[in-house]
Amino acid sequence: MAVDTLTVDGAVGVDHADPGNYLTTGRGVLSWLFTLDHKRIGLMYLVAITASFFLGGIFALLVRTELLTPGQTIMTADAYNQMFTLHGAVMIFLFIIPGIPAALGNFVLPLMLGAKDVALPRLNLASFWFWMFGAVFALVSIIVGAVDTGWTFYTPYSTTTSTAVISMTTGVFILGFSSIFTGLNFIVTIHKMRPEGMTWFKMPLFLWGLYSTAIIQVLATPVLAITLLLLIAERALGVGIFDPSLGGDPVLYQHFFWFYSHPAVYIMILPAMGIISELVSVFSGKHIFGYRFIAWSSIAIALLSFLVWGHHMFTSGQSSITNMIFSALTFSVAIPSAVKVFNWLATMYKGSIRLAAPMLYVLSFLFLFAIGGLTGLFLGALSTDVHLHDTYFVVAHFHYVMFGGTVIAFLGGIHYWWPKMFGRMYSERWAQVSALLIFVGFNLTFFTQFVMGSHGMPRRYYNYLEQFTTLHQASTVGSYVLGLGFLIMAGYLGHSLFRGRHAPSNPWGSATLEWETTSPPPTHNFDREFSADDPYNLDSLRFDPAIEGWVRKEPRSILLAEGGSH
Amino acid sequence: MTSTALAHLLTVVSALLPEDKGATFWMPPKVSTVAHGVDWLFNFILAISVFFFLLIVVLMVYFIFRYRHREGHAAERSPTHNLGLEITWTVIPLILVIVIFVFGFKGFLDMSTPPANAYEILVEGQKWNWSFTYPNGYVDSNLHVPVNRPIRLVMSSQDVIHSLYVPAFRIKMDVVPGRYSKAWFEATEPGEYDLFCAEYCGTSHSDMIAHVVVHPVGEFERWLEKASDFLETMTPVDAGRKLFQVRGCQQCHSVDGSAKTGPSLLGVFGHEQALADGSTVVADENYIRESILEPQARVVAGYDPVMPTYQGRLNDREIMAIIEYLKSLGGTSSGE
Amino acid sequence: MAAQHHEECHDPHVAHHFESADQQFQSAKLGMWLFLATEILFFGGLFVAYSVYRSNHPEIFVFGHQFLDKNLGAFNTVVLIWSSFTIAWAVRAAQLKQIKLLKWLLVATMACAFVFLGVKYVEYSSKWKHGLLWAAKFQPHLEATVGDGHGEGDASHEAGGPQPEAEVPAAEASGTAEAPADPDRPTIPLAPDGPPGLAAEAEVAGAGHGAPMATPDMAKIFFSIYFLMTGLHGIHVLGGIAAMAWLLRCAARGDFDTGHFTRVDMVALYWHVVDLVWIYLFLLLYLIH
Repeated sequence: MAVDTLTVDGAVGVDHADPGNYLTTGRGVLSWLFTLDHKRIGLMYLVAITASFFLGGIFALLVRTELLTPGQTIMTADAYNQMFTLHGAVMIFLFIIPGIPAALGNFVLPLMLGAKDVALPRLNLASFWFWMFGAVFALVSIIVGAVDTGWTFYTPYSTTTSTAVISMTTGVFILGFSSIFTGLNFIVTIHKMRPEGMTWFKMPLFLWGLYSTAIIQVLATPVLAITLLLLIAERALGVGIFDPSLGGDPVLYQHFFWFYSHPAVYIMILPAMGIISELVSVFSGKHIFGYRFIAWSSIAIALLSFLVWGHHMFTSGQSSITNMIFSALTFSVAIPSAVKVFNWLATMYKGSIRLAAPMLYVLSFLFLFAIGGLTGLFLGALSTDVHLHDTYFVVAHFHYVMFGGTVIAFLGGIHYWWPKMFGRMYSERWAQVSALLIFVGFNLTFFTQFVMGSHGMPRRYYNYLEQFTTLHQASTVGSYVLGLGFLIMAGYLGHSLFRGRHAPSNPWGSATLEWETTSPPPTHNFDREFSADDPYNLDSLRFDPAIEGWVRKEPRSILLAEGGSH
Repeated sequence: MTSTALAHLLTVVSALLPEDKGATFWMPPKVSTVAHGVDWLFNFILAISVFFFLLIVVLMVYFIFRYRHREGHAAERSPTHNLGLEITWTVIPLILVIVIFVFGFKGFLDMSTPPANAYEILVEGQKWNWSFTYPNGYVDSNLHVPVNRPIRLVMSSQDVIHSLYVPAFRIKMDVVPGRYSKAWFEATEPGEYDLFCAEYCGTSHSDMIAHVVVHPVGEFERWLEKASDFLETMTPVDAGRKLFQVRGCQQCHSVDGSAKTGPSLLGVFGHEQALADGSTVVADENYIRESILEPQARVVAGYDPVMPTYQGRLNDREIMAIIEYLKSLGGTSSGE
Repeated sequence: MAAQHHEECHDPHVAHHFESADQQFQSAKLGMWLFLATEILFFGGLFVAYSVYRSNHPEIFVFGHQFLDKNLGAFNTVVLIWSSFTIAWAVRAAQLKQIKLLKWLLVATMACAFVFLGVKYVEYSSKWKHGLLWAAKFQPHLEATVGDGHGEGDASHEAGGPQPEAEVPAAEASGTAEAPADPDRPTIPLAPDGPPGLAAEAEVAGAGHGAPMATPDMAKIFFSIYFLMTGLHGIHVLGGIAAMAWLLRCAARGDFDTGHFTRVDMVALYWHVVDLVWIYLFLLLYLIH
């Protein structure tokens, strides 16, 4: 069945004159900026967050360059403090939180549901615009007085510093609403728009990832919003809730902040785990192992994530009993993550593993996330955390999870859905080079930081003791390798947009619904309506060398079949 | 392939590390009573982590080779779920993390419960230096302690949150404005160790470093006695220099003409200073004294009014010594 | 439904990506409930801040609440509850296509909202007049007389600053559940039914000029919390007014003629939450014992 050419469908009677796809239907900047099409919104998000990622990456390289030598290398201490703050704030609030849900999720979620759009398209567009406004505030702060508080905005430092904290936090406040709108939209869409046959446990696991993420987005982000509002009120009016000089409690701010920001790291990692679940099955040519355990573990992580925020404050002077409770709860989050990893490995068992670019990122993910997750054990245990807290060990752990986990999965997702988004294939050879450079560069950058951290190198240090020089320099070299990997990626992906081979509808042999439509899809996504079945039943597909893509052995059962049963 | 790269990295890294007494590849020397427990747990978790990491990576690499996509090889149909396996790999990690949690909590209780007979030292953090006040009232910028005696630190902050961190002792505790926080340790080896500020506190956060000097048995008392009467034994200029160094002045004021957070004090005494409000003042004894006790009263042009007051923290004699020291930096000729 | 058919057979009120009006309505409703959950959590942060300070420093709440006018608060509560009723009725009117009634009910609800804000204005301006503001601006004019806050007195006493004899040791007073009964009466206008002990003394002290009062050291935090909570709530009331104005415009345009009442229903849900939050604010700020 010819699912891969829209021209054939056009003959059956599509009512819009334009036989093009969502990229070509409607021209001009305004047709993008005011589109209600989830795919275009997803793409705009992708462009926006990629720009943020490169901006944050430049800050990171500047930070690493400064740390080549103890004392001043290229910038003053104040400039350094602003750099690491901006690196953190841009990467977290502009890139990684919206990253997978708003860019990839927006594009993929309705397609995976066989739906025409998300449930609330206007809210979706509003979410994007909120992101833009929030980003403007955040970027304006760089110009009027780049913030030097660290991305956590701890009081009372943030209430007393002379930098543009209000502008930055207002930006983050607005970005929070963008995130809430996306999450709310996804919950409603998944609840109300699943196609016939797609019960909760026949949903692709990426949707479980997005769903559990959305729960956190909706339930945790409002608390960040009120926290930042209080911080703004503290600075602008002096309300004294967090300011010790007015009788307030600065540690209360930390509780508020981490009540959002710890769940927020699961906003970052849960959709990444969802991507890995899709990819590991497709590229092992095998049904996912332990579907229900993977799905439930996502929900378990989402719920447990609300109960562990206190582990950021083991050394803040909170009572031993509080520390004990938070430590115990923290360990409980380790279990569902471990369950997922073992299920992914079991999926590879007896498979037929193709090392295409997306799969390389899956393997990277398993390697790096294993380190990131296991080093979390050192930080969850109370007595070792006291030593390791606020050192480079935490920095390394965090990057192994957020970069080694989320960013790597995000890259895997980009490489996986790229043909669907743009209808083009990229160069496999260059993709391998880039994946390898990123893997090596990343490990060199951050593994060294574990060693420095356990030796007592505190984080956010402009100057450092001589004994750490070699490790710092190795780390910096690693960051350059990492940067090179990304430059190459930008090169071959950009090249593919113009010169890449045209992509078939289903280049990888995946059984989820987004591969049932053309690459790229038409504006209305599908010319038919499907009843869904098992999303991991890969046996239903066979490779067709003529189109270099995969087709179904048996046509899907189609509702209102007149659309495309030829 | 990936694991060999890592192994290679490890050897390179270990060759680069400083040779240090008692230090390992992962940990700095351990010189407090709690350090052994912490390191033991660290190594225990490390062993578990290495085991699971190797399990994952070895399986992964094996599967890649054994089941790689090739001519004539197809994915085998195998079960898509197995409750027994799922329960196994849920329960085993669960048991392990419970064990880790228990050890971690036990170790933490030891670290947070000081013995009754502990020697008490007051700690004050301010941007960006530490001051340690001994029971006799003497203040020093480094932490001097006797060996083999429990020390209890009672800490407070003048401005923002700091955190006292001594890697060699494996202790860390935040120093929060508006409340007292407490920490304790018992050093087991004489020597000099680094003390860091671990909570980000602004411009010179990374220079907010002090030393912990652990004195051998019997020497601490002698040191304290000698150090305490420096106002008697030193000339006022030397005493002033010492105060300038240990009480945090030099964190913001240079004596070589370079501007830091505050103006340099080289050649200031006796000279006219332009003030933020446009007027000028001659920096005489009265102005210096006022600037120490009421720093916001007359601020030098071009600087933020950020200096904390030293009211109640420096007595008249100490202020006089500082003034003498500033006089010695030159510029006494005019204005008198 | 196949893409090429949606234009012919879709109800014009149903967006192209929905299959039925019911699916669309259910989606909107679920979305609204989720949004309201975020609103509750948003206020939840402030309620947590309230709880933390209330449990650590109960005396500042006992002290501070006497300056809130319970009668005005109660009046506002009644106004909001009544407005919840009118908007619920408006939903029914929209369902039954009674457009004229719907418009009147929306106007009535908006009127209630304006009355609420008017009363709030009266309360705020009285706080302003007496310097009972948030922490950094907390400077109560302790010399003011009952009923005439600024006519006389030099208002020289600083908030929280050292007060003569009656000074309460800062946070140490946290154990006391009652405001310290100070023989030197405050002359800030008390709520008419303040703690009986204090009210009685107010009469004894008569005009009580120049008598400083025992202000708990952190009393200013109470007013920070008061202004943050009621201010944020007030912004939500403004939002509700804007939403109802929009509904009026939709009604005038004839959007509800077909019985398509989703929007009215959504705004009504929102308004009920605004009402509910106020009830809690009234209980937690005005009625403290």
